[in-house]
Amino acid sequence: MIPYQFVYTVQLGIKSLLLHKLRSGLTMLGIIFGVCSVIAMLAIGEGASYEAQERIKRLGSTNVIINSVKPPEDTQGSSSSNRSFEVHYGLTYDDASRLQHTLPSIERVVPMRIIRENARYDQNEVPCQVIGTLPAYQLVQGVHIAKGRFLTRTDERHARNVCVLTVGLAKRLFGFRDPMEGVIRVQGDYYQVVGMLQETGTMEQRPQKGDSDGEAIDNNIYIPLSTARARFGETLVRRNSGSFSAESVQLHRIVVRMKDTNGVLIAEPQILSMLKRFHSKIDYELIVPLQLLREAEATKRMFNIVLGSIAAISLLVGGIGIMNIMLATVTERTREIGVRRALGAKKRDIVRQFLIETVVLSVGGGLIGVLIGILVPVIVSYATDMKTVITWWSVLLAFGISGFTGILFGLYPASQAAELDPIEALRHE
Amino acid sequence: MSEATAAENAIIRINGIHKIFQVGDVEVRALRGVDLTITEGSYVAIMGPSGSGKSTMLNILGCLDRPTRGKYFLGGENVAEMEDDILSQARGKRLGFIFQSYNLIQQLTVIENIQVPLIYQGVDVNAPEHLKRATDLAELVGLGDRLDHRPMQLSGGQQQRVAIARSLVNDPLMILADEPTGNLDSATGLEVLDLIDTLNSEGKTIVLVTHDDFVAERAHRVVHMYDGQIAREVINKGKAVAK
Repeated sequence: MIPYQFVYTVQLGIKSLLLHKLRSGLTMLGIIFGVCSVIAMLAIGEGASYEAQERIKRLGSTNVIINSVKPPEDTQGSSSSNRSFEVHYGLTYDDASRLQHTLPSIERVVPMRIIRENARYDQNEVPCQVIGTLPAYQLVQGVHIAKGRFLTRTDERHARNVCVLTVGLAKRLFGFRDPMEGVIRVQGDYYQVVGMLQETGTMEQRPQKGDSDGEAIDNNIYIPLSTARARFGETLVRRNSGSFSAESVQLHRIVVRMKDTNGVLIAEPQILSMLKRFHSKIDYELIVPLQLLREAEATKRMFNIVLGSIAAISLLVGGIGIMNIMLATVTERTREIGVRRALGAKKRDIVRQFLIETVVLSVGGGLIGVLIGILVPVIVSYATDMKTVITWWSVLLAFGISGFTGILFGLYPASQAAELDPIEALRHE
Repeated sequence: MSEATAAENAIIRINGIHKIFQVGDVEVRALRGVDLTITEGSYVAIMGPSGSGKSTMLNILGCLDRPTRGKYFLGGENVAEMEDDILSQARGKRLGFIFQSYNLIQQLTVIENIQVPLIYQGVDVNAPEHLKRATDLAELVGLGDRLDHRPMQLSGGQQQRVAIARSLVNDPLMILADEPTGNLDSATGLEVLDLIDTLNSEGKTIVLVTHDDFVAERAHRVVHMYDGQIAREVINKGKAVAK
């Protein structure tokens, strides 16, 4: 094809389409909506799964998290009088040391005690989570120190009354005063603030299961594990509307950090079998972020396939709309086709003319669709706090499909036009 | 027409042309052995009642249709056996068409309409020499000041003059005019016929199909068709030998 003729045909196509502006515009709408919805939906979907993946990644892809879970009550001892006053369950210090010493693929084991308490400073009282843990927590969870320092081995060894607060809690307790070196009170004991942590969405900084208010997100106090053991003991007493029950839990959570991601999936059954041997009941649960991540990725793939099919259908509908209009156009312009044939146009010139017209229509619609498709997610993330990620491949894909649709659905009308008998076409009224 | 008068300046030579249409089970013999020779620079009118085969004749002359039998030499080449693409090329290169209903392309301007046949020759119409040719032709037909008008903005006579300019742009061997004044009032019809006369006097070969005696009068030769055959030929004295 001579490039000059190509340019001419494109210009001609645009002129012909401009002759019926409303009709061309309405025809383009199908493609515009198709392309726009592909990009916008993929951007929103991508944003949602990006957020989910980030959250999981923050849990640490080389970590295995073991939580203590209150086991379901035995059916035999269901009558309240039979129940012992104190329930023992959960992970133990022995579990932690066994894990540390038996599995070679483990890099670190970080045990945690998590106690819900109120923290006070001056007149302020804020409900929070007290987390007793080891200095290695910082490494395993990758938390960022905003100010001061994290817990140290010396703190641990001497069971010192020091604490690290999350920035949000510090703000709530201290207001505009400097929290550093301030002293807060928790359950009759005093702790000196030595550092502050940025909220990064680790598991401890998220609302726990059943926490509908979600107030615990960033109200964390970190103290040395030995201090927690000394000050709070092993037994927690809970009062529930008159009656009260007590639970004895040594460790609420153990975070196991593997040397690499390969070790994670291998270690999971090993950890499970080890726990099984020493626990008579299933009073623990394993969370493997890596597995969650893979599941999230699989979900995302499914999601993309669904979105892709929706997009394909809408573009198909748009394409059929184009074909419909182009067939009408061919009929309407039969005379023009006859004239062009008489003036020396070959069949393939006619095919090219009508094909380019549909491609101009669909690519034009595609371009507008891309613009709107980029605009919509931007507006969505501006108006709501939903995260959206516009991927370059979704733009390319949508645009490519729109061009392809034009060619595919333009072929039939174009060949119809070319196959017209010039004499008949010239006689057409 | 005897062989003697068909000198080497014959641009069209038709020998024993038959055209048979199959309409359902019925055979319609539109042309039954037509012989015709047209020399360069002549002005031929084809007349006849409807059903006489003159439209079929025009289609074959215009390379829009192929004869069932017989030979058609256009500028020395047998068009009767050409492939569709080559036939298209022959039309674009050697023929100019003037239609009864002008048949301009609505979305194009006057100058663009004039250029259409060149486009299909693969010519860059925006090159200065081709642009000048189209402009000159527009001026020749008296529309030099309306190059950017669209057909809708022109009167019937003006549209037909654009069509005449268009038929000239590829410098054809022959111009085929199908009832060129059929849609025009007599005054504008006369203007158009005068324009065609001028072209002929400048050497263009014209073949004109009409049923109007008044129009046919202007031709050198009038070919009367009847029942798919040439019934008689009349030489208009005083015009034929003008050249």
